[in-house]
Amino acid sequence: MTESTDAEPRPGDLVKRHKLPTRIWHWINAIAIVILLMSGLTIFNAHPRLYWGSYGANYDPAWLQIGGEGERGYLQVGDWQVTTTGVLGRWRDSEGNISTRAFPSWSTIPGFYSLATGRLWHFFFAWIFALGWIAFLITSLWNRHVQRDLAPRKSELSPRHIWHDIKQHARLRFPTGAAALKYNILQKASYIGVIFVLIPLMILTGLTMSPTMDAAWPWLLDIFGGRQSARSIHFICAMLLVLFILVHLVMVVLAGPLNEVRSMITGRFRLPGKRDAEPPAQPATEAAE
Amino acid sequence: MTIITNRRKLLAGMAGGLLLPGCDSWSRSESFKNVLSSAEDLSRVSQRLVGGRNGLAREYTLADLSPRHRMNGNRTADTSAYRTMLANNFATYRLRIDGLVERPLAIPLDRLRAMPQRTQITRHDCVEGWSAIGQWTGVQLSHLLDLAGLSEQANYIVFHCADSFGDTPYYESIDMVDALHPQTIMSHAMNGEPLPEGHGAPIRARIERQLGYKHAKFVMRIEAVESLDDIYGGKGGYWEDVGDYAWYAGI
Repeated sequence: MTESTDAEPRPGDLVKRHKLPTRIWHWINAIAIVILLMSGLTIFNAHPRLYWGSYGANYDPAWLQIGGEGERGYLQVGDWQVTTTGVLGRWRDSEGNISTRAFPSWSTIPGFYSLATGRLWHFFFAWIFALGWIAFLITSLWNRHVQRDLAPRKSELSPRHIWHDIKQHARLRFPTGAAALKYNILQKASYIGVIFVLIPLMILTGLTMSPTMDAAWPWLLDIFGGRQSARSIHFICAMLLVLFILVHLVMVVLAGPLNEVRSMITGRFRLPGKRDAEPPAQPATEAAE
Repeated sequence: MTIITNRRKLLAGMAGGLLLPGCDSWSRSESFKNVLSSAEDLSRVSQRLVGGRNGLAREYTLADLSPRHRMNGNRTADTSAYRTMLANNFATYRLRIDGLVERPLAIPLDRLRAMPQRTQITRHDCVEGWSAIGQWTGVQLSHLLDLAGLSEQANYIVFHCADSFGDTPYYESIDMVDALHPQTIMSHAMNGEPLPEGHGAPIRARIERQLGYKHAKFVMRIEAVESLDDIYGGKGGYWEDVGDYAWYAGI
């Protein structure tokens, strides 16, 4: 992450942080993932029910369902049901028309319902997403970004260290100075989880929904337990990606958005200095806010 | 915290304001959709590359059958000619095979049933996302094309159907890789019974490596052609013509 310098960089220094391949991949992904998520919701809206196993259609029991019943919309997971009128299952579009589709138009691409057009967006950006992931993986193994920056050190894996990091995060105390150049263990865990678990699961479960791929690679059906299970896992992983993105954005905002976004565009990052507001030292902080 | 919330709102607003209306006007632009659909060719070529010509779709067992197989598309063909055939149990039905063939054929149902049969228990995957498993029995399309003497110039097989949406007849088409695939059959029986009306009686195409809308129902005529340009809307199928659905429905 850092260029090899003799002196330890100090707070306030502008230092090199993200390599070019990381930056390119980040922004391509930022666009591709948002489009994939939103066009994916369009595809989900065509049949807003999820099943386990090989088959599953309207006569079969769904483990998750978004629907409308009379005047209300609902989300049902197993036997548990929650009313979601206005957001899921029954909502008004920007022109005030009531729709009983699952996900509302502001969350889908296109904003009007068209399964065919949603599929055009989805499969175009699925190629970009999958090829980008492969290219990033090869480059990052080659330039040792994975080994050097993402792989956890042995010492970081001790329960004490992890617990310490969780407490620091919960108190919103982020590393300062040169320590801010290294990913902490929670960052490493979430990036590894996304890059090595969630993204490959998205790609493989996506392929399992393809009847041609099932003929070419029948083992896809075996590892995921059938096409409908793969569709369910695809949806669950997509929701986990949404969760990751939300936490990621909150963290960027809390850690200083301009500096963080700059470091992902130009690669340059200004090392954060000492916190000027330490909660224990200033008990009046909350009131001041 | 106010600043942060405002900033997030600003970001969300920027994303929403710039991205969404943009996507919608792009979604309506034919030239942009052409760019997006270039991925369809990439998918077809690469799927064929890894799957080969004759990779078989998974075949299931009787224990795996869907308790009730969902129907989709038209549940009937609403023409008097079809009604008449349905009433006489398809005694007057003939499956026509013509176009780029040496010997155009018109095959009665009982002759189709007397030909070599293939029975397969396969999964039907709808473009909407659901799946149903059923048992299908019929004659391999490759066998019928052999009987008719397929011309070397034929690149596509078109299925002309009795059903229609409004005044627009349903049709579908596949290329020769799928036409000659061993699991591509013209099925006349489902789950051991004559094909029900709602599933496309008397004949439904089974194209096991593609999505449901390729599996034409109520098939009346099989036409071998060199190009799809002059067939109906020119995009190779009803949904392809009217609704931007991909001609290659392998994914």
